[in-house]
Amino acid sequence: MKAVTWRGVNEIGVEDVPEPTIHNEHDIILEVTLTATCGSDLHLMGGYIPAMRAGDVLGHEFMGTVAEVGRGVTKHRVGDRVVVVSFTSCGQCWYCRQGLWSLCDNGNPNPGITEALWGQAIGGCYGYSHALGGWAGSHAPYIRVPYADQGAFAIPDGVSDERALFASDAAPTGWTGAHGAEVRPGDVVAVWGAGGVGQMAARAAMLMGAERVVVIDRFDNRLEQVRTHIGADTLDYEQVDVPAELREMTGGRGPDVCIEAVGMEAHSPGPQYLYDQVKQQMRLQTDRTPAVREAIYACRKGGTVFTLGVFAGLVDKFPLGAVMNKALTLRGAQQHGHRFIPEILERMSRDEVRTEHLATHVMPLDDGPTGYRMFKEKEDGCVRAVFRPGA
Amino acid sequence: MSAAAGKVAVGAVVAIGAVGAVRLARSAVDPSGGGPAGTGTSASGWLAVTLFVEPSEVDSARLPEPLAAFGDRIETRVRPAPGGKGTELAARLRDQPSTGTVVGRLSGQDPQADLRSALRRAKQLIEVGEVLAVDPVPHGRRTATPGGALLEAWTKVAPKAGVR
Repeated sequence: MKAVTWRGVNEIGVEDVPEPTIHNEHDIILEVTLTATCGSDLHLMGGYIPAMRAGDVLGHEFMGTVAEVGRGVTKHRVGDRVVVVSFTSCGQCWYCRQGLWSLCDNGNPNPGITEALWGQAIGGCYGYSHALGGWAGSHAPYIRVPYADQGAFAIPDGVSDERALFASDAAPTGWTGAHGAEVRPGDVVAVWGAGGVGQMAARAAMLMGAERVVVIDRFDNRLEQVRTHIGADTLDYEQVDVPAELREMTGGRGPDVCIEAVGMEAHSPGPQYLYDQVKQQMRLQTDRTPAVREAIYACRKGGTVFTLGVFAGLVDKFPLGAVMNKALTLRGAQQHGHRFIPEILERMSRDEVRTEHLATHVMPLDDGPTGYRMFKEKEDGCVRAVFRPGA
Repeated sequence: MSAAAGKVAVGAVVAIGAVGAVRLARSAVDPSGGGPAGTGTSASGWLAVTLFVEPSEVDSARLPEPLAAFGDRIETRVRPAPGGKGTELAARLRDQPSTGTVVGRLSGQDPQADLRSALRRAKQLIEVGEVLAVDPVPHGRRTATPGGALLEAWTKVAPKAGVR
């Protein structure tokens, strides 16, 4: 079968790969209907997370139809239309049972890599390098889904494929940020990044009762999507002084909750961007963090900062003094989507969560390299390139 | 040594060096991560996993096959985990070898690697009922590169970690 693969740094290919088969009795084989690019793929593409091998299949946000079921699967049958959470989590270990699904003890067959990097291994993720298990990704006609009773969710009849697709990763990641930051009714919430995850974090915060939600970015089309489809306010960081605007909006306090949805390749105005970029390219730091720094400085005293963008390793000029002296709560997580997807699908069916607008460019798998280029360079207003293997 | 094997060997050395550097960087900011003699293992030799089951569900006389296969070569310890976190299952080799080094572990020379793997597989059997398999995983053409060789070397030993 054809698949979109990582061929090397900034090199995406389309090539033949073997079809997946069932290895464990809790597996299903899914026929992929739609599979999305994600901002975190760009870290793999650019070699910032150096754990991809040439030939690895990309993609971790997907939905489709069940084509085959293992004998231990009880919730799904051949023909079911499902969306699959991007993390492989067993559902039985202590972490899964606490709702901390991305921390699953059993879902990463290569625990030694992240254990060496972070002290302990986290769960696995499809198409997200050998550090997170080496699982084949979803940019292919078929994908193997382990622990399917835990990670695959039936899509309600009234929810379109295009909407349900983003219940796989973007929406539950946003929900993880808003819930992890414990947004409360009346809060003012600032979100850095107006991509799919940032938009969903903003929507989650609004549904949790935030008084005002502000999303920060520099791309007009993304900010327009925020205003039109999410209903939040926006700030263009190339046009205004973001911390000053946030202070003015909040009576001088700063936002109660700051959610960073940008990640390790963040852009920023001013000399710190050049400084961070040089240090990252020289491997003197692995991640650039201007959005995290700004969030920490902007946050009100005693507030919460949540790092939702993907970071891999070591950072420089981290304002720990502000975290300590302002009594901030600093949290982060990969998505614990298993916990939120049922709610998200229900809200999607009630039109409370709309995501179709994120799929700005839908194309066949053969256009994988083009899709990734457009997504990376944000050509033609690309917010997400989405592949349709059956096209 | 063939050219391909040479690349793998070079890759492994680079991988070990890179991981060693990461560990070194981490130990510089977290001395506790170094452990006795910088090995990252406890002085007692016990390796442990926490199972999310009641202690009564873990019979130390009838442990899952991966651990049972060690027979008398290991001793085991079962005790409740605090805070309702389940049951701690620990094992150590009776004939304790040198605890090895981080570099040794990452190059496949870890004398406790098989025991780490057995504990992890036993945990999966007790909690989930099966051991998760990833290979063979669908993939395209594997171009021979130093980076690929490095990663291949690392992924060969990575499944035998995750327990400390």
